[in-house]
Amino acid sequence: MSRKLLDLWVGIFVAVGLAGMLFLALKVGNLSAGNFAETYPVTAKFANIGGLKVRAPVKSAGVVVGRVVDIHFDPSEYEAVVTFNIDERYRFPKDTFALILTAGLLGEQYVGLDPGGDEKMLAANDVISKTQSAVVLESLISQFMFSKASEAPSE
Amino acid sequence: MSNPRQNSRASVLSGVTRLGHRVNDALQRLGFAARFFVMLLLLSGQSFRRLHLTIRELYFSGFQSLLIIMVSGLFIGMVLGMQGYETLQRYGSAEALGVLVALSLVRELGPVVAALLFASRAGSSITAEIGLMKATEQLTAMDMMAVNPIARVVAPRFWGGVISMPLLAALFSTAGVFGGYLIGVVFIGVDEGAFWSQMQASVDFRYDIWSGIIKSFVFGVAVSLIAVFEGYDAVPTAEGVSSSIKSTVVQSALAILALDFVLTSFMFREA
Amino acid sequence: MSDDNLVEIKDLDFAYDDRPILKGISMQIPRGKVVAIMGGSGCGKTTLLRLIGGQLKPSRGDVLVDGRSVPELRADELYALRRRMGMLFQFGALFTDISVFDNVAYQMREHTDLPEDLIRDMVLLKLNAVGLRGASRLMPAELSGGMARRVALARAIALDPMLIMYDEPFAGLDPISLGVIGQLIRKLNDALGATSIMVTHDIQESLQIVDYIYFMSDGKVVALGTPDEIRASQHPFVHQFVFAQADGPVPFHYPAEPLDRELLAKDAYEQS
Repeated sequence: MSRKLLDLWVGIFVAVGLAGMLFLALKVGNLSAGNFAETYPVTAKFANIGGLKVRAPVKSAGVVVGRVVDIHFDPSEYEAVVTFNIDERYRFPKDTFALILTAGLLGEQYVGLDPGGDEKMLAANDVISKTQSAVVLESLISQFMFSKASEAPSE
Repeated sequence: MSNPRQNSRASVLSGVTRLGHRVNDALQRLGFAARFFVMLLLLSGQSFRRLHLTIRELYFSGFQSLLIIMVSGLFIGMVLGMQGYETLQRYGSAEALGVLVALSLVRELGPVVAALLFASRAGSSITAEIGLMKATEQLTAMDMMAVNPIARVVAPRFWGGVISMPLLAALFSTAGVFGGYLIGVVFIGVDEGAFWSQMQASVDFRYDIWSGIIKSFVFGVAVSLIAVFEGYDAVPTAEGVSSSIKSTVVQSALAILALDFVLTSFMFREA
Repeated sequence: MSDDNLVEIKDLDFAYDDRPILKGISMQIPRGKVVAIMGGSGCGKTTLLRLIGGQLKPSRGDVLVDGRSVPELRADELYALRRRMGMLFQFGALFTDISVFDNVAYQMREHTDLPEDLIRDMVLLKLNAVGLRGASRLMPAELSGGMARRVALARAIALDPMLIMYDEPFAGLDPISLGVIGQLIRKLNDALGATSIMVTHDIQESLQIVDYIYFMSDGKVVALGTPDEIRASQHPFVHQFVFAQADGPVPFHYPAEPLDRELLAKDAYEQS
């Protein structure tokens, strides 16, 4: 086989292989949408994060706007410190409310952002002060039972 | 003659000696393989300076494996589509079919099955070629002509394999995703939008796809190294070459699966 | 050493693991001559060629080629020396994946920067010298044994070496090819002004073309001389070799127990 033809076939092989990788990256994976080129980190403290994991999505009005990058325990205040990166394109007011929500009844947990009305916007490394922890099913049930029990005598 | 007790003691002793001998042999071979690998890396310059040597091997191990890789990928993807739909629809989440197909392919099946196919298609023929060149004194002749056979014969085949492997694995996964799409969307009728969007929402580039590419690169290094080493170390007879080919396939399969376990446990520990 | 000897082997020992192959070999190969090293199969002749080419290292003694000690050369010096050596392997060892032409051109392309049309002319000249210019487009698999040997010979002389080594050049050839190869070895040696070392056990062919013969047995040189001296030799080993007698100093039987005792000791087999 002549060297030119060989080069041609190998060129085709490498091009097709790279195209396959590109297809995986853009069409199968979320390189086009889910990974943000420019982000800024924001921290929030929760009393309880439930089953939240690193890489969980951060959503506002149902749109993915960022991802959780770090979760650790703060031993001085006994709270969970969650850091997430938010896409540079999206700005949120300073008094934004961070909640831990669940996708569906048994689905993954994610961070929801509920924008407030402050004029000032969140900057990099800011801390969101208003948070709501994950709903823990057991405490929900016990709360319900307790309130039912306390209602009973007054009737 | 000796009494039975002496006999049994002697046989235990000879068993221990045999064991020691085998361990010694294995260690010696391992040391030889390590030295061979270092020499291979040191002498690799030529395979890039004279690129046509490596391009030729890319043709033989890469291009010629395209068909088997893509066809196998397509079938695996179609099977995943059928089996996945069968299970998922019981829980009313057939739209997650795309996620299931894509994740199984890019994380595991793509790199692993492509590497297994590559080992038996290209690895065995590399071993056979180098082993036969050794058996017919072609390597010695080359060495006597002041051409280093590791630089001229071994290194280009090694790098051809290392470069081919990630490309082949990516094509395997691509063909597989297409196979899953064919069965899931075209034949069964899963919603096309949900199929792709759920897939894109759950398959992370860095975490899933990049890990798959790294896996296939590591497998490529392992399979190519085993193939060239077994050929270079073959006993220069017809029987020796055939047993080297056999051990290329066996050792490659074991290495791929063991490395896959190690890599998976490092890469996906948190999920 | 005197300048008349291209290769000088001094008191050489060599062993594979613990098995001694060569025991105190000394030889002188004069410049411009064709020298044969003869002996039965497995007496270490091929090993000796490997030692001269630097592919093996002796456990004791020295090999001098053109005044330089081969075992002490660095890898790059050894490769520089090998460019001036040609070697014909027992079964040719042609590269089976490239054509006859490319086989002969191989070293020119690897070691020189000559333009391709000059290489073409040189290759055709070399192939012409062995009578196979017409076969330049064939692949090695399409050649007969004798033709492959001639192509390998053309390849061995591609860079006009000062030393040509032949490992069993006559093995497995028909009488006509054998005569052709023998004549080529002599003619090419004289035409190139090279020196040739030929390892062989074909005594009749060698006696006609060589200048000097060394006989080896059991890792030692047992006899030496010109072809005429060898023909007249009364040395028992040489006599056995020249007249192809089955038994003599080289025994017919591989060392073993006497036959009658081994046949009687049946239970020895059953136990093992």
